[in-house]
Amino acid sequence: MTKEEDIQQQIVTRLPVTEGKFRVQRARRMWVEVPRELLIQLLEFVKEELKFTDFCTLTGLDDGENLGFLYHLAQEHSGIVLNIRTKAPKSDPVIPTITSFFPAAEIPEREVKDLLGASVEGLAPGPRYPLPDEWPFNEHPLLKNWKPQKEAAKPEEHNG
Amino acid sequence: MARVTIPIGPQHPALKEPERFDLTLEGERIVQLNAMLGYNHRGIEKACEQRSYISALYLIERICGICSHSHATAFVQAVEEIASLQVPPRALYIRTLIAELERMHSHLLWLGVAGHEIGFDTLLMYTWRDREVVLDLLAVLTGNRVNYGINTIGGVRRDITAEQCAEILRGIDVMEERTKYYIELATEDAMLAERLLAVGVLPQADAVRLSAVGPVARASNVKKDVRKQDPYAAYGELEFEVVTDSHCDVYGRALVRVGELMESCRIIRQVVKNLPEGPIAVKAPRKIPADEAVSRYEAPRGEDIHYVRGNGSENPERVKVRAPTLANVQAVAKMLENSYLADVPIVLAAIDPCFSCTDRAVVVHDTDGGRGHIDWNALRTYGIEWYRKNRGVDFSTSKLRMSGIRW
Repeated sequence: MTKEEDIQQQIVTRLPVTEGKFRVQRARRMWVEVPRELLIQLLEFVKEELKFTDFCTLTGLDDGENLGFLYHLAQEHSGIVLNIRTKAPKSDPVIPTITSFFPAAEIPEREVKDLLGASVEGLAPGPRYPLPDEWPFNEHPLLKNWKPQKEAAKPEEHNG
Repeated sequence: MARVTIPIGPQHPALKEPERFDLTLEGERIVQLNAMLGYNHRGIEKACEQRSYISALYLIERICGICSHSHATAFVQAVEEIASLQVPPRALYIRTLIAELERMHSHLLWLGVAGHEIGFDTLLMYTWRDREVVLDLLAVLTGNRVNYGINTIGGVRRDITAEQCAEILRGIDVMEERTKYYIELATEDAMLAERLLAVGVLPQADAVRLSAVGPVARASNVKKDVRKQDPYAAYGELEFEVVTDSHCDVYGRALVRVGELMESCRIIRQVVKNLPEGPIAVKAPRKIPADEAVSRYEAPRGEDIHYVRGNGSENPERVKVRAPTLANVQAVAKMLENSYLADVPIVLAAIDPCFSCTDRAVVVHDTDGGRGHIDWNALRTYGIEWYRKNRGVDFSTSKLRMSGIRW
């Protein structure tokens, strides 16, 4: 049994709902999908017991009716990357924060709020990232239907 | 004692790029740091979705000037994995060669900046002079000092001749001698050690907890290097050590980087010696299948990670970039906790920050007269006109000459 298959089996044993939701793409690349209600449970398990202690990043996706979220975690000693996928409908785009056990997730969580309009439950208040302060809160540039609006022409003269 | 909050940035002499850190002080001691980023956000991820893969590659290469090869390689690796392309071994070796030359010039750049931040400008002059050797080699091999354009989907764009290999080895001999001097300096110079020891401390447990990357993590004794753990390009076939240090401070970060310069020399020699024969690229399809891949790359500043999703068309469906500085920003807050205000420049510099990488870009194109572009001559005309109107000075007859730019 490969290391990847062993990890898969341990996760399925702990969370039977992940049965059939795995993909071992190649050595050191695994993908698994979980319902968002079980995301925290899975992340805690893989961090504490399977030693996926390295939080690489969180990728947000516009998947049509849903927002997709990919949590990329790495196991330091083996170099295996586990990509955990979850989704939330755009009508209720709420995901829980994972900053209590992966503090490094704070900035990527702010990023999916700004760029995709996700709502991250439990994320501590803080500055937005990466859009500027004056950017409208209802405009999320990474949504597929978002197009840049024409700006008003700038005045010709700048003092400075 | 009353607390005072000092904003550093977005524009500040201690910073090379725009970012903002609000420091709350009690006397000279820092009690809190809030980082505000995003000033360099240019919308590259969105822009990639509107371009073909090959056009996106050139945009990705421009995320950062210093580690341009890092981003370009991370991106093409992901695309090649989706398209199931078998990149020829010679191309993988050439990518590795450019990667290590890039690491060398980046680390030398850092060493100079670090010297400058602590008032040791001789070190800046030495390292930046020596860095020219590497930049010259890169120019010979790729035609450019930065933004090498060596990568393409399926391999590399330029081959290396035997004469060039000989030139690389001559350059590496020089660099190795100079690196020995820097190691001697770093380990024996009492002033340097005094200034850097116990400054910007990041204990090992915090480096792990905050998922720090690159020399920052390795200087906190976390043996973490994608080249070893998740080998890509030719690294799986090469011998090298992951340099770590247990000082957990700026001094340790300096030792790790000078140690890595030696390892880079070692890797480059092996690449030149074992460069496989054969083609340098395979033909890549214009349309990339609907699939996804995660690519990791050990950039000079740490792990660079790219996620790419294809949809069967000529344009990517999604490109996500996580540059190493973003992973180290939270570590900076920890390093500066209870530090002195005067240590801020060197502690910030010690992560070798690169905020262009961090913020990436979403270039919002507006073709109807909003944000446009201005060429050099138009800018000059605008400047002359502005000074004539507002200051009563006429620059129109002055003859200015800058390197390579003439009117």
